[in-house]
Amino acid sequence: MNAYVLIKMAPDPVEELDIANDGKSLNAEFIRFKSGDPDEHSIEQALLLKEKNGGKVTVVALDAPEVDDVLYTALAKGVDRAVKISLDQTQLGSVATAQAFASFFQKEGISSDTLIMPGTQAIDDIEGETGALLAEMLALPYIGVVSGITLTNGGAKAVVVKEFSSGLRGEYEVELPAVLGIQSAEKPPRYVPVAKIRAVMKTAKIETVDLSEPDKAKILEIERMYKPEVAGRAQILEGDVKEIAAKLAEIFAERGII
Amino acid sequence: MSASIIVLVEHLKGNIPEISYEMLGVARKIADASGGKVYALIAGKGSSALATGLGAADVALVLEDSSADVMNDDVLIEALKQAINEKQATLVLVGCTNISFGIGTRLALRSGMPFINWVKDIKTTEGEMVVTSALFGGKVLSDIVLKDKKGILGILSGVFPPDAGKIAKQPSIEHIAKPEIKSKITFRSLMEPKAGDIDISRMDVLVSVGRGIQSPDNIPLAEELANALGGAVSSSRPVVDQGWLPLTRQVGKSGMNVSPELYLALGISGAPEHYEGMKGAKLVVAINTDPKAPIFDFAHYGAVVDCLEIIELLKEEIQKRKGTQ
Repeated sequence: MNAYVLIKMAPDPVEELDIANDGKSLNAEFIRFKSGDPDEHSIEQALLLKEKNGGKVTVVALDAPEVDDVLYTALAKGVDRAVKISLDQTQLGSVATAQAFASFFQKEGISSDTLIMPGTQAIDDIEGETGALLAEMLALPYIGVVSGITLTNGGAKAVVVKEFSSGLRGEYEVELPAVLGIQSAEKPPRYVPVAKIRAVMKTAKIETVDLSEPDKAKILEIERMYKPEVAGRAQILEGDVKEIAAKLAEIFAERGII
Repeated sequence: MSASIIVLVEHLKGNIPEISYEMLGVARKIADASGGKVYALIAGKGSSALATGLGAADVALVLEDSSADVMNDDVLIEALKQAINEKQATLVLVGCTNISFGIGTRLALRSGMPFINWVKDIKTTEGEMVVTSALFGGKVLSDIVLKDKKGILGILSGVFPPDAGKIAKQPSIEHIAKPEIKSKITFRSLMEPKAGDIDISRMDVLVSVGRGIQSPDNIPLAEELANALGGAVSSSRPVVDQGWLPLTRQVGKSGMNVSPELYLALGISGAPEHYEGMKGAKLVVAINTDPKAPIFDFAHYGAVVDCLEIIELLKEEIQKRKGTQ
């Protein structure tokens, strides 16, 4: 198995998302970048596959704020190799990001045991689904919303679980090489102590790959970015916590719930 | 220019989900405004029978295929591409759902049409079409202008009315051939949720926990509160992903659809994926420290406090009222 986990850094939605003066983008000053939850699950799933089947796990990302921390953390977790593509991801839309990854794989080469594992979806882009775009560009099979992978036929195929809805899931078989968009790993992402990450920072190296700029940074331009008008349907209960608890109990009683 | 709109209709186990009717409804509206046509593309086992109920479309494009319950995406994308060419489609609507995930983007590359994801509004004027995309789980909205009114749109669940897509007439049926492609993907089986745990979709009261519950050690507190209310504990995705609760307790896009009398959301922000699973709840109460959390937009009552601070007190208040303390 030759697994590649693709990381895309996106603004952390837990932080205040402020609109920039141009009214078309986020105010960069307040953004804190982090890798998406699905990307973290993708690292975990790749490591689980390696523990079971052997092989190699490489983590690949475009340049973005905080990306080095994410790559070193992946190395500390047990990833074999970390690669940073020297293109500014924050300036690229999903199509251009996928193009950059496609160029990387054209340079790197794809073998019969290559498994490309992006997180299934990021929440920061109007196009999204970078993994699906990459698969199309590389003419590889693609399955998204994956929450389980078992390698079969000596690593030539994978049996993949895709989530549907209402707890229903589908089982698929796919020939490698393939792109699988990871939603969640079979186990929660492992924890790695900060001391171990610091140690890795001293010994391990992030490889840098230079690629030419994609033809077009963005396919579609955002005309206007804004905060949704708060419909404010919720009636906000005021008071201290005890008063709020009493009010809620009263509401439940009025509705006949208790 | 009159619109020619293709809607990709989903179905699973013989049921067409609401999102498909929501898309048909909005497609009908856009088509009627411009004197255009709506085509509903439906594929897989049982499509012919299901197609007769797609009255909001002028024409149902039916790819009946007895071989699989779930169609291979590779086949669907090719069928859609052929339909775009034949019907000179200007718009293609696909659900922002797990089952249709990845179809819109790949179709965009193959057809040369742009793709916009997370669509929650479409406004058409004489000259152009303005599409609103909800980013960051709905915390930020983006307007994109389609000057030629052409594009592929991933439509969010629950934003357009489904009733507009349920019209009691039959569309004309046009059978389409299965595209001959060689796919490296084979659908093997549909996996049912594991039985054994409680069925949260049947509970009258759900105490649902999100990231705000902070630690698996706090889940028992939520369970005690749920017991006091005569209900059960459910959760949003991150809690299940962390392994704190089993998949059977997950509410949302991938998880269960629930419609309890009371949905008490503790530390859940309310992303569209979560809303999709609990929009049927009769009474929604949200406790969250973030006053701007999207959950307050669709909760009936809310309180901006730390859920960990209120769980115990609320349990006591409820027990007091029930006279059990």
